[in-house]
Order: sequence, then structure tokens, then C-alpha cells
Amino acid sequence: MRAPDLFRFARDAATGNPLRSSLLVLAMSIGVGAVVVLTALGDGARRYVVNEFSSIGTNLVIVLPGRSQTGGFNPGNSITNTPRDLTVDDAQAMLRASAVRRVAPMTVGTSEISFGGKLREVFVVGATAEFIDVRRLSLAQGRFLPTGDWRRGASEAVIGAKIRDELFGSEPALGQLVRVGDRRFRIVGVMAATGQGLGQNTDELVIVPVALAQAMFNSNTLFRILVEANSREAIERAKTQVAEIVKQRHEGEEDVTVITQDAVLATFDRLLGALTLAVAGIAAISLAVAGILVMNVMLVSVTQRTAEIGLLKALGATGATIRRAFLAEAAMLSLAGAVLGYLIGQTAAFLLRQMYPAFPAYAPDWAVLAGLGTALVTGILFGVLPARRAARLDPVESLAKR
Amino acid sequence: MDALIKLSGIERIFHLGDSEVHALRHLDLRIHPGEYVAVMGPSGSGKSTLLNLLGLLDRPNAGSYHLEGRDVTTLTPEEQARVRSRRIGFVFQSFHLVPRLTAAENIALPMTLAGIAPAERQRRVERALNDYGLANRASHRPNELSGGQRQRVAIARATVMQPAMILADEPTGNLDRATGEEVMHLLETLNQSGVTLIVVTHDAVLGSRARRQLLMEDGELRHDSASAA
Repeated sequence: MRAPDLFRFARDAATGNPLRSSLLVLAMSIGVGAVVVLTALGDGARRYVVNEFSSIGTNLVIVLPGRSQTGGFNPGNSITNTPRDLTVDDAQAMLRASAVRRVAPMTVGTSEISFGGKLREVFVVGATAEFIDVRRLSLAQGRFLPTGDWRRGASEAVIGAKIRDELFGSEPALGQLVRVGDRRFRIVGVMAATGQGLGQNTDELVIVPVALAQAMFNSNTLFRILVEANSREAIERAKTQVAEIVKQRHEGEEDVTVITQDAVLATFDRLLGALTLAVAGIAAISLAVAGILVMNVMLVSVTQRTAEIGLLKALGATGATIRRAFLAEAAMLSLAGAVLGYLIGQTAAFLLRQMYPAFPAYAPDWAVLAGLGTALVTGILFGVLPARRAARLDPVESLAKR
Repeated sequence: MDALIKLSGIERIFHLGDSEVHALRHLDLRIHPGEYVAVMGPSGSGKSTLLNLLGLLDRPNAGSYHLEGRDVTTLTPEEQARVRSRRIGFVFQSFHLVPRLTAAENIALPMTLAGIAPAERQRRVERALNDYGLANRASHRPNELSGGQRQRVAIARATVMQPAMILADEPTGNLDRATGEEVMHLLETLNQSGVTLIVVTHDAVLGSRARRQLLMEDGELRHDSASAA
């Protein structure tokens, strides 16, 4: 039988029973669609988190007090006991490193802010003038903390957009005096609203000079030192130089953890990549189920078409021809299902992107290819058994059936 | 003249549970090219088994079958399919048309299976449609055709590969008298043009139209009008 005739025959056989064929195509398309949508969600989550972390700043090296043996980001880093304080002087010393462009020491704590009888719990960040540049943040009003001696600092504060709204409403905030803890600060600037975001939301922060924050929380140690390297290539160099400087200042003991933004990103990347793989795996199960359905439906088809198979044999069809015809039908239906599922999946991902523009729900190419490939392979694989059964039918018995 | 069909010592045994049924026993038979043979007998006499065997749809348990001088019992299933395709045309009682294919496509089916080029298929189908008075029914599906038209499509399909013989199993069994007569006339016209025609029937009137009658009973050949004469 010629190939075009074979495909036409298989197509006619498939369309000859629309219910059976459309059920099969539907099952296959749900499987492929699930792979596309779920991997789009998983990979979208990965891209989202990676983007959010990238926007913390660029070429960042982060110094944390305390030593942690594990590389990369570790939740334990933020709660380790510190043998030696990481001080503002340590931060200042880091400026000597050749690969370092900017240094921003940070300390954090919670306190209360009050103005005109309104009181609110806030996160207080002790920072320096460099903070805004290193973190790539922008101001809505006024100015940021002034440059100057890190060990001193004027009683000036910069507040987040939400704090401003809640405390001042429509009144002007700049120049007002507020009380934070037991100290009075003059508002000199308001941060631009950042909205929802991971780890960079400044809307509910009050930023004060680092020295005053340390005095307020009665602590000498810093929460973190953000170090910006000269360039992407200089990140590793900056990391070793910074570690070396701290080691010298701390009597030869390496009691800080230096991580790079890349390491944090790589960790999240790996984590969420694994998550994507996991959901793809779950979706692939539905493809296997669809494959079993292909087999079932094709077996029913063989039973229903027994007389026709007998006739084909009487008309001179070889077993191989009949096997090929049934395989072609299974492959064709699987392919149709796979293509339909791909379209459904991409449409769903598109709708997701329309509804949540911040969420980059794009199915990765590998997942799409794997989904389509698996659909075809399972369809054909599970089509083999019915096709062989059809080819082996005894023509005399088959013809006797009606 | 060399025999078209030469059966010698054919045995066909079916196993039904523990019991053995001899569908055919010690069958020796020669049929020459161009003969018109009616195989008659009560149901269960083995006449359908004989027809399946002649059509290479079934294999004997013992004995040999020579078709056009060639031993076809020892051929592989693929080679047998090829012989069926080129040398044998079947006409069934219940027509056995593929319901989703049009009349033209049903007629073309043996050629499609044999891999004949579309242009040649087209040419032969058109001629067959004209010869059998089906020209205005070409694109109708079997359920849109009358019984007589269906059997004419089936006969056109059986002859389109220009076989040496046509095996017809109760070809008029599902037709009324007039259309049955018409179909038999068509088959006999084919026989007159040289095609060997073997008809299985339990209708004595129909059987008597053939030049040679074989009477089967309990798997044995009871009477052969050719040897009796």
C-alpha cells in the first residue's frame, strides 16, 4: 500500500468514528495541555523569583555576620550567633578593596513611628547614602540620607510610600518631625512605591542613618553589608578581597559569610527548576494515562472492525499492511491530540499572562518538545498491541462476523 | 489442459472443545480454467470451508493445493496475500463493503492495497463503474445503495484486479429473486469472458445453472457431475 493511500485510509477510519476519535484526541490534548500549562507555571515562578532577586541590585556581594559552612543561601545565615561583631568600621575598610565600587552597611530592627497621635509598628533600616544606589531604588520626593561620616548621622529619615500615606494622608510629609522609638527624626525623603515584590519592598520601611539605628537598637553589629563590585567579572575578586579584609580585622578568623547574588540566584534557579521538572513529571502521568486510553480505544476499534479486517485480508492485504494502517491511525490521532493540547496549553498560558502581567508564564521549549514527543511515542507505543492483534486476526472467523 | 485448481488428499479438521470435526476429508478435486462450478450441500457439509481453502483464507491440515501449477499451501502468509490479491476475487453473501468508503473507493480498495498507481486505479474504477451500471452511484456510500447495487459494487471490486477465479459464497442469499437473477447473470457473463467461477449455494435451482455441480456432505464430495457424465 502506498504511503499517501495508507494515511488517507487511516484518516478515513479515524473520522469514520467521530466519538471514539474525538475522545482520544481530547485525552491526549489534556495530557499535553497539562504539561504545557504546568511547566509554564513552574518556569514562570522561577523566572519571577529570579527577576525579583536580580532587581535587588547588580553585581552584589553580601556579607553576613557569622560563619556558615554551606555555600549559597541558607536560612540559618540570618540567625547564626556572631562571635565577633561586623561593624561599620569593617564596612568602611572594605572600600579599600580594588574590585569594590560601593559599600552599603545595613542594620535592621522593629520600632514604632508616631506622628500627630498616630502610632505604627515599622521596620527600621539603618543605612547610609550608598544604600539607594546599591539597591537600585528610587525616591518619590525629597532626597535620600546625606553622604558623610558613617559613624555619625543627622536625625533625618526617609520613609516608605505606604508609611507616608498612613501617617500623613494628603498633607505634605517632607520636613515633618516624627518620633521613631525614643528619637525624633526629620522626614527628608519618601521612597517611590514599589508595590508587591520579593525582598525589596520599601513601602513599609523607615530608613535612618546606620549609626542612629545602631544606637536605637543598642547594638554594634550590622545585619548585612552590601558590597557592589566594579563589574560582573569582578564579583569573585570582590568576594575574596572582602573576605580577606574582614579576616585581617578579626584577628585572622573568618567569622563572616560572604555570598554573591549569583549564588543566591543559582540556588533559587535550581530549586524552582526542580519544581518545574516535578510538575512536568506529574503532567506526564496524564500522558501515560492518555496512552493507555489510546490502546483501549484502538483495541475496541479492532473488535468493531473485525469484519473489515477480514475483508482486507481477503482482498489481499498482508498482515504488515493492516498493522501499518492501525499504527498510522493511532499516530495520527495522537498527533492531532498533541497539537490540540499544545494550542490549549499555549492559550491558557497566554490568558495567565494577560491576567497576571507580572508573572512570566511561558512554557519552556524543552517541556513543549518533551510533551509533544511523549504524546506521539506513547500513542504509537500503545498502538502497537492493537495493531498486532488486528494483523493476526483469522480472516475466516473475521469475515463470519457482522 | 492444465488444471487451474488441483486439490489432492485435503483434510481439514476443526477442534471444538474435546471433539474433532472433520470439515473436509480426503478431498481430491480438479477445476480447469474457465469452468463454472456450483458447490452445493446442506449447511455444515464443508462447502464454505472448501471455498475458504480455495481462497487461501484457510489452510488444510493435510494434502496439497496447486493453483496454476504452483503449490500454494506451503507459501508464507505474505505470499498467499499476494496470490489472493492478484488471482482471486471474492463475492460474499453480505457484500462486505466498507461502510465509510464510497462505491468508487470500495471498488478501488484491492488496487489501493496492492499499491497500484492512482491514475491507473482511476481508469479501472471508471471502466468498472460503467460496465456494472454504477456510473451515477460512484460517490454514494453503501448505505445509500440498494442490495443489488451493493452486490454489483462487490462484484466490480472482485474483478478489478482481473483475477483468474471468482469465489462467490451465496451471492444471492441477501437479495430478492429479481436482483438475484440480475447478479447471477452478471457473474455468468464474467464466466463467459473466461474467468473461472465457483459459486457456493444451497439453492438447487441456482446450482443447476452451473455447468458442473459438486455435492458435499459431511466433508466429503458425494457427487461430481463432471465425473458422473
